[in-house]
Order: sequence, then C-alpha cells, then structure tokens
Amino acid sequence: MEIENRNIDEQDLMIHIRSLYKSFGDNHVLRGIDLDVYRKENVVVLGRSGTGKSVLIKIICGLLKPDSGKVNVLGEEVENLKDKELRELRLQVGFSFQSSALYDSMTVRENLAFPLVRNARHLSRKEVAQQIESVLDDVGLLRTINQMPSELSGGQRKRIGIARTLILRPQIMLYDEPTSGLDPITSIEINNLINHVRHKFNTTSIIITHDLTCAKTTGDKIAMMFDGKFIKQGTFNEVFDTDDERIQNFYKYNFIEQQKM
Amino acid sequence: MSLKKSGGIFITRKIDGFFIDLNDALQFVLRFFKELFKPPYEIKEIIRQCYQVGYKSLFLITLTGFITGLVFTKQSRPSLSEFGAASWLPSLVAIAIIRALAPLVTALICAGKVGSNIGAELGSMKVTEQIDAMEVSAVNPFKFLVVSRVLATMLMIPMLMCYTGCVAMLGAFLNVHQNELTSFVSFFQAAFDKISFLDIFSSLIKSIVYGFTIGIVGCYKGFHASNGTEGVGKAANSSVVLSMFLIFIEEILIVQITNSFRV
Repeated sequence: MEIENRNIDEQDLMIHIRSLYKSFGDNHVLRGIDLDVYRKENVVVLGRSGTGKSVLIKIICGLLKPDSGKVNVLGEEVENLKDKELRELRLQVGFSFQSSALYDSMTVRENLAFPLVRNARHLSRKEVAQQIESVLDDVGLLRTINQMPSELSGGQRKRIGIARTLILRPQIMLYDEPTSGLDPITSIEINNLINHVRHKFNTTSIIITHDLTCAKTTGDKIAMMFDGKFIKQGTFNEVFDTDDERIQNFYKYNFIEQQKM
Repeated sequence: MSLKKSGGIFITRKIDGFFIDLNDALQFVLRFFKELFKPPYEIKEIIRQCYQVGYKSLFLITLTGFITGLVFTKQSRPSLSEFGAASWLPSLVAIAIIRALAPLVTALICAGKVGSNIGAELGSMKVTEQIDAMEVSAVNPFKFLVVSRVLATMLMIPMLMCYTGCVAMLGAFLNVHQNELTSFVSFFQAAFDKISFLDIFSSLIKSIVYGFTIGIVGCYKGFHASNGTEGVGKAANSSVVLSMFLIFIEEILIVQITNSFRV
C-alpha cells in the first residue's frame, strides 16, 4: 500500500482527527471518529446517506463544532481558533458543496471574484480577471464566465463550485458528494477533475461520497463509515475484500444501482 | 406519563425555547453593532441595498402616501365642519401625517415589502448553503449580508418617510383645494404653522428605529431559516409579522417619550 510505504513526516500530516463525537439532540451522528490525512493524499469517506459524512467535513472546516474530540487541521486545533484565525485557516481549506452553493444573484465571474477580492485586496482588477479566467479554464468552463448559475447544468454548477474554491489556492480540498445527482458521464468528468485538481494544485483532499466509481477513481485511501464510525480504512481493494456484511451489502446495492444505470 | 405532567413539560420547553430564542436575537443585535464599525466596509453592497430598499419601494409608497393624505382629509372634514373648524384642517392633517401617519405607513409598507424580501432572500441563501459557502471562503457573511441590509433600511426608511409625508400632504392639499379653492402656499403655511422641530425630529428618530427593526428582524429570520423551501416561506412571513408587532410597540414607547418633552 502506497500510503503505508511512504516515509511519513509529522509535517506531512494535514488533518488529524481523534475521538470525534457529534450529536444533534438525541441523534448521535459521529461516534468516535479517528482519521489521519497526509499531504497530497485523496481520502474518500464512503458510506450511506445519513451516516454523518457531511457533518465530519463541516467540523473539519469549522462550520460545526464537535461535542468532543480533537480536530487538527494544518497544525491548528480547529475548535480553539478565534474568528480571525479560523478565517485564515479557511483560506487553506476549500469546500465544494453538494448543492454547489453558487450565489444565485451573481454571474459566474462575480461568484469567483467574490472570495478573491475580499481575501486578496492587493490584486488589481486585471489580476483578478486573469485569475478568474485561468481557474475557469482549469475546470473547462471559460465560456460560461458571464452566465448566471440558473443557466448552468448540474455538472457545470459543480465545476464552477470547485473553481470558486480553487481560486483561493487552498492546500486542502473537501468535496461533499461531488457526483451526486449527476449522470454517469458527467460523474466521470467530475472524478477526472478531482484528480486533475490534485495534480495541478498539489491539494490534499477528503471526498465524501456514496458512489463506488468516484471512490475507486479518486481515492488513495477509503474510510468506510457506518453509523457515525469508521468500520474499515485502507485501499479500495482492502476495504471491500472483507467478510463484514455491512460493507458487502453496501458494495452489492451500489453495484446493482450502477447496473440499472 | 399523565396528561398534566406532559402538559407541564410542554409548557416548560416552550418557555425555555422562548428565552433561548430571545438570547439568540440579542446576540444577533449585539453582533450587528460589533461588526458595524469593523473594517472592511462593504460600500458597494450598501449602495446596492439602498437602491433595493429605496427605489424599488417608491411606487407603493407614493400610492399609499397619496391615498392616506387624501382619505384622511376627506374623512376629517365633516367632523371639523360640524364645529365650524374646517379652517383647521391643514394643520390637523399636517400634525397627523408628520407625527404619526408618515412614519407608520412607511414602516408598515416596508415591513411587508422589504422585510419579507430580506427574510426570503437570506432564508433561501441559508437553506441552499450559500451563507455557509461565504463562511468557508473566509468571507464574513454577517458583514456582507446583515450589516449592509440593516444599514440600508436605517438610511432609506427615514428618506422614504420624508417622501411619504410630502406625497400625503399633496393628497391632502388636493382635497382641500377641491373643496375650498385654497392656494398651495396658504395651505402649506397653515399646515406647517403648528409643526415644531420636535415633531420632525421625533419622526426621523422613529423611522430610523423602524428601519433598524425591519432590517434586523428580516436578517435574523433569514439567517435562522431551516427545513428547505418551507423554512424560507416561514422566514419571510415571520419577518413581516414580528417587524409589524415591534413597530407598534416602538410607536407607543416613542410617542410616550416625545410627549414628555412637549410643553
């Protein structure tokens, strides 16, 4: 296994999570999560809907507070950060939302300019325009620059959402269900884009998905989540080469769904 | 569990919920004042919101203000004529419009149009994760969305109130002119004869307070929207209801305070 054979340095540890718990009322969503993510590694968190995958990455970027446990991102304890420190950390952590979360009232250009002009005030208008065009070119959607989000397809919206996070040049990318609601061909394009982003921008990624193709194509390491806990971690083959009925069922039903498509 | 006991738990939870919401709302208001003076300032967004609040409410405000002035004059005439005091009509109308009607009508119209708009817009941004997207892009959504909108309502509602007052007085003049052939100058001389600085000042203060109320309630409800599209509708609706309720409470309080200054 590539990850195990690598000579791991402390500085290579980008995300370090220990004993993470989170509940919403009586609903115990995360029940003791441990996870290490290393530099330039793509970790896929795989599991059924409602198992707490999205909650995990929202805690990583400080959108939610954990009940207990340790979340260390780029050497910083997320839950102890003040507002200003958290904002500085967020410049290094890109988050691609399941719904893309593009700003409805802005064009694609304005969507991309929005975080850039507010976080890099020294940039001239020309530099801002250049960066927008460059990142749109990276996701293959330069032609949509003046369109409104409502004029874009689901796949295009996902790409623009990814472009908007990439414009700040983050070290870590968090993808929340990048292929959900997309047709198989567009899903493959998004998977390829995730790999392209990793190679071009040297990002470390956590990809939340229930899509096996996405997991296999993009993940170096798979963390299988069930009922708020990781029940197995390893490469794709290691995770699915198991007698665990829960993992076998997940594989079987996902496979049947893909056959139907 | 007995019915009495479960009823007791229900009431306790409701009371707890009320105080938790009240605390949330107070924190929200305090955060507004904290963020208001902190740079960077979103000047462009404030101007855009001023345009949204001001210009886009103009037609409705014009119509309502004009009708208010016209109808109020028409309805007051018979009672005053009965006592042979029809000549007092301009000053009576001016006092009513400047002290109460203009600020109140403007605030209620804006609570319906602007407050619901803010509640729905921010509510939909909340449920579609656009506010979270701002947060994770290291942009302060409170500053961009809340401070700009509340400032815009605080700036524009006093201006709209002045405009409503003018349009309502024009409506009143037309009615008076139609019946008594009073000239424009003599009508306004008679009207402003009884108006003091305190009347205008208290109305301005009132409209700033109403503007703050409409903006902050709309933003608070929008920011706390949940449960998808249903939540957006609820946010818009409750923004209007709560704003109107608070505006009436504030009206009573401000009238009491300003009356204590009158000789």
